[in-house]
Amino acid sequence: MKSVMSGAQSASYAMMQINPDVVSSFPITPQTDIMKEYAIYVRDKKVDTEFLLMESEHSALSALVGASSSGARAMTATSSAGLAYMFEILGVASGHRLPIVMNIVNRALSGPINIHCDHSDSMACRDSGWIQLYCEDAQEVYDQTLIGLRLAEKMSIPAMIMQDGFICSHCLQNLEVLPDKIAKKFIGDFKPKYSLLDFKKCVTAGPLQLQDYYFETKKQLSLEMKNVFSEYEKISKKYFSLAKRKYSIIEEYKSKDAEFIIVALSSVCGLIKDCVDELRGKGINAGLLRIKMFRPFPYSAVSKALKNAKKIVVLDRSESFGADAPLACEIKNSVPEKIVNGCIYGLGGRDILKSNVMDLFNSMIKNKKIERFINSR
Amino acid sequence: MIAIKDLVNAPERFVSGHRSCAGCGFPMIVRTILAACKKPVVACAATGCLEVVSTIYPFTSWNIPFIHSAFENSAATMTGVVHAYKALKKKGKIKKDAKFVVFAGDGGTYDIGLQALSGALERNEEFVYVCYDNGAYMNTGIQRSSATPKGAYTTTTPAGKLEFRKDLAKIAIAHEIDYVATASPNNFMDLALKAEKAFSTKGSSVLIVLSPCPLGWGSKTAQSIKIAKLAVETNFWPLYEYEKKRYALNFNPDKRKNIKEFLETQTRFKQLLLPENKKVLAKIQKNIDEKFDELKKLCGEK
Repeated sequence: MKSVMSGAQSASYAMMQINPDVVSSFPITPQTDIMKEYAIYVRDKKVDTEFLLMESEHSALSALVGASSSGARAMTATSSAGLAYMFEILGVASGHRLPIVMNIVNRALSGPINIHCDHSDSMACRDSGWIQLYCEDAQEVYDQTLIGLRLAEKMSIPAMIMQDGFICSHCLQNLEVLPDKIAKKFIGDFKPKYSLLDFKKCVTAGPLQLQDYYFETKKQLSLEMKNVFSEYEKISKKYFSLAKRKYSIIEEYKSKDAEFIIVALSSVCGLIKDCVDELRGKGINAGLLRIKMFRPFPYSAVSKALKNAKKIVVLDRSESFGADAPLACEIKNSVPEKIVNGCIYGLGGRDILKSNVMDLFNSMIKNKKIERFINSR
Repeated sequence: MIAIKDLVNAPERFVSGHRSCAGCGFPMIVRTILAACKKPVVACAATGCLEVVSTIYPFTSWNIPFIHSAFENSAATMTGVVHAYKALKKKGKIKKDAKFVVFAGDGGTYDIGLQALSGALERNEEFVYVCYDNGAYMNTGIQRSSATPKGAYTTTTPAGKLEFRKDLAKIAIAHEIDYVATASPNNFMDLALKAEKAFSTKGSSVLIVLSPCPLGWGSKTAQSIKIAKLAVETNFWPLYEYEKKRYALNFNPDKRKNIKEFLETQTRFKQLLLPENKKVLAKIQKNIDEKFDELKKLCGEK
């Protein structure tokens, strides 16, 4: 089914088809468009969700901890400071193994305050025990929201689906959505292992675990994360049979035989693909590796994908002050460090231009020094 | 109306084996409140002594469904539980009627949890919120909260707290919910009756219950109920309720006792009783009397 939607609308559309038992919300730019759309689905009775308008993001996620522990399918969305404010409860959700799914519209963290896109919000949460999927466009946001929900429920691990603030969330794009019936069939019923509302089998959720048990609880989550890759593959195969759109944990764009590769996440990859096409036209072996699943991180798939690279530039849209930025860090963990250059771009919504990307490729080709900060003064 | 025999015959929902201190107030409070609810009930607790002593994995004192999530979010967590219940009931996945109750200390209510509580009360969420109020952060080792009485020693107010307590009941009432009441474990029937009313209230209800803490108060473990009684008799802890816009005083002493009688039972007030603090003591007595007069007026009593 062809449609025209922004990234925010496509997230909301997927949520409408999922029709979660409980959705909680608190406004923050640029996420608000998701919840504005969802409020209309609620008003028009397209869903029968309990739609909770909470008094903060902290409470919005806390309510989902309560709802998900009670056997309800539970979703929310947020950005930037909202995600930072939820930080404490992110660990509660994953520690309690609650399959909450949350769309994140990436936005810079304060201060100075800034409403535009970078990845500092979700990158700050990369160690919180959530699955993290980064999307390039509105189509992918829609697809990954459906896939992410099934993945989260199968693994009993919460998931965040990222899209770039404004660039993806507010721009209209052509996309295809599944008919309601097929989407609902793909999602299936949520059958929780435990529920607070099971009065025959009372559970104590969120107990105190000290030196004797806490470690094992965290270890179980850590070990289970390794099984996410194969489960994702199974689910995306099923999704492909319905939607004819193929998803994998990484996207190798003309990178298999490439000597010069840029590694990046999210919407900037459209621009990089353009540059790769142009360079390939000139007979230059350029390529792009797009990381779609950042947590758990697919080290072996990445190292395999980069095995022919002579030079690599990693583009990070968030900084780790005084250390390698998050994506660069992981790429250096996947291939020999000496071929990897980490660059920072687009903080606070700063544009990255085609000429910037071409410069990066040219510097790799000519073996020139690569500046760490792109398009900055 | 609930009777003593109902309380005695009620199933044990919060059982022994937990690790609360001797003389602690909340086990009595929790058992009494849960006994006053005849329907299946789900409990949520904020981080604090109650949660810590009752859920040390793999043990639990809760014979009912129980959830703890964090310190400041018990009202928000319970909001999610209640709406999951509504959603699943709507879909026919749950048949039984159920009730919901939150237990949080004064730190998790007056201070860090106030925003979540206010949000829940404004939305008039269907649950009973119980604040067991021992007047400080006792779980972290006795630190000042906004419920700490003026003059009380805590580890962060070694010279005695300078300010008066925050009036939580007034804040709860300002949300125009149907039922708010104070209670004290010395009068357990009053507490049980109020819990029964709270559970039958449509929307949110709030119970603020004095919870003696021998460790934090510097009191004798065997004296907890006696001290709670003194708190009521000195008007330090008046028993009253607000029900659908009407106030009622549940205990009006013929002659209130001097606040000194309450303070003397606890070492946290030791310095207040020194001769040089006479003026502070007089201020505290004046504040209690003024607040009680104000309350009597609201309740239409003389």
